Amino acid sequence: MELTTILFYLFSVVTLGAAAIMVFSKNIVHSAFALMFTLVGVAALYVLLYADFLAATQLLVYVGGILILILFGVMLTSQGYTLNFKTITVNLIPASLLSAGAAVLLIFAFLTTDWKISEVTERTDTVYDLGMLLMGDYILPFIVAGVLLLIAIIGAILMSTRLSVKNKGGA
Amino acid sequence: MTHYILNISPVAILVHAAIPLTIILVYALVAIWAERKVAGFIQDRLGPMRVGGWHGWAQSIADLLKLIQKEDIIPTDASRFLFKFAPFMMFAASYAAFAVIPFSSSYIGSNINIGVFYLLAVTSVLTLSIIMAGWASNNKWSLLGGMRSAAQMVSYEIPTIATVLTVIVVTGSLNLMTITEMQSGNDILGFLPNWFIFQNPFLIVAFVIFFISILAESHRVPFDLPESESELVAGYQTEYSGMRWAMFMLAEYADMLLLSLLGATLFFGGWNSPFGDFMSGPFWSFFWFMLKGLLLVFVMMWIRWTLPRYRVDQLMHICWSILIPLSFINLVLVALWEVIF
Repeated sequence: MELTTILFYLFSVVTLGAAAIMVFSKNIVHSAFALMFTLVGVAALYVLLYADFLAATQLLVYVGGILILILFGVMLTSQGYTLNFKTITVNLIPASLLSAGAAVLLIFAFLTTDWKISEVTERTDTVYDLGMLLMGDYILPFIVAGVLLLIAIIGAILMSTRLSVKNKGGA
Repeated sequence: MTHYILNISPVAILVHAAIPLTIILVYALVAIWAERKVAGFIQDRLGPMRVGGWHGWAQSIADLLKLIQKEDIIPTDASRFLFKFAPFMMFAASYAAFAVIPFSSSYIGSNINIGVFYLLAVTSVLTLSIIMAGWASNNKWSLLGGMRSAAQMVSYEIPTIATVLTVIVVTGSLNLMTITEMQSGNDILGFLPNWFIFQNPFLIVAFVIFFISILAESHRVPFDLPESESELVAGYQTEYSGMRWAMFMLAEYADMLLLSLLGATLFFGGWNSPFGDFMSGPFWSFFWFMLKGLLLVFVMMWIRWTLPRYRVDQLMHICWSILIPLSFINLVLVALWEVIF
């Protein structure tokens, strides 16, 4: 077997195994760390597809940013002893029905779609091409996304300052 | 589907990958000894003097041998897998980042086009491994240290990235090898090398911000809050012993070297000789590169034994109210400079 194929299966197993641990773990922090392995595994799969920029972005944004925010959220909002953040299962029947339905839909889509399989072409100039596209053809969506994020940041700051002002007034 | 890198024999890949590892290990042994010597001289004492003869040069080797023999203690209530895994993940993250550092004009681990971006992305995993260690230890000091470290590293990542971006604006490339090659030659004022620090006054400001931020990112004094001995015992490392603790130390020193080498590449011409073509070539370029990196490491040690530690709120104030706005203004000014000149 080719080394690439072995690596592909290795990282697929890491991704899927970690995802299973994330879903089934009773401890919410263990779930968060399992999510890290899933995200890193997906990043490795991106690398195998020559999407190096996407892989690095995946690491920087999801592993270095969002996952840390999740952990902060879990650790700062919980009460009591830190090692025993338990998750509780609620709405067992509707949730299982919904996920079973979603699974059937996905498997149906997977089996019926006419997949176009193409050879992966070797690319080295991903960033250059991406930059050219972002600054050329897709400049408008790029700027709109930037403005959207700016509005979100301002909104978050506004909400947090309003809360702290209220707290000060109350105290 | 053929990946060109995977067509090379596995042995060649291993040898290629082992070069940075050898450099890190030798450097760590020297740096830990040097740190104690620098501390000694700054505090008007001698530092380690006995092991190995000349100025106790074998002290770190003796310490390493001692650490290998130590018992590996895992607290009963720790989260075992995460506790064992965290030190190795931390070292793996800093070691992986060395892949894109151009050590010499003829050696770079991986000459990928996203160089700096990859480096910043991989080092962001460091934060996570520190939280992992702090949480898995099941100890209040460890957890506090881990949380502080995460807050600190996430905050200081922004000025670091913004200052790296100012250099990227000048170079137009993310590849560290290309960035270094752009700094060859001695044309500024007739004799100064073409390093970015001399090219543009705003890049000097960028370097100052960058250096302060990497001090914070590698947990050096005055920003060593995650492991401040006097209040948190040893922060996230409190429960670790033996080789696992040694892995943390190794990762910390590797991180210091990594960020110093990044600074040397971005601002001080990387492997370029300061005398133009004199003393250049693959070996000399390695020599100059390590010299520049180690000089920055020395400045970090010097600062450690000179300045007191900041408080947490001061640390956050410095980052969010001073460094981040300054670095963004600086980025705009550098961009304007590039448009005008």
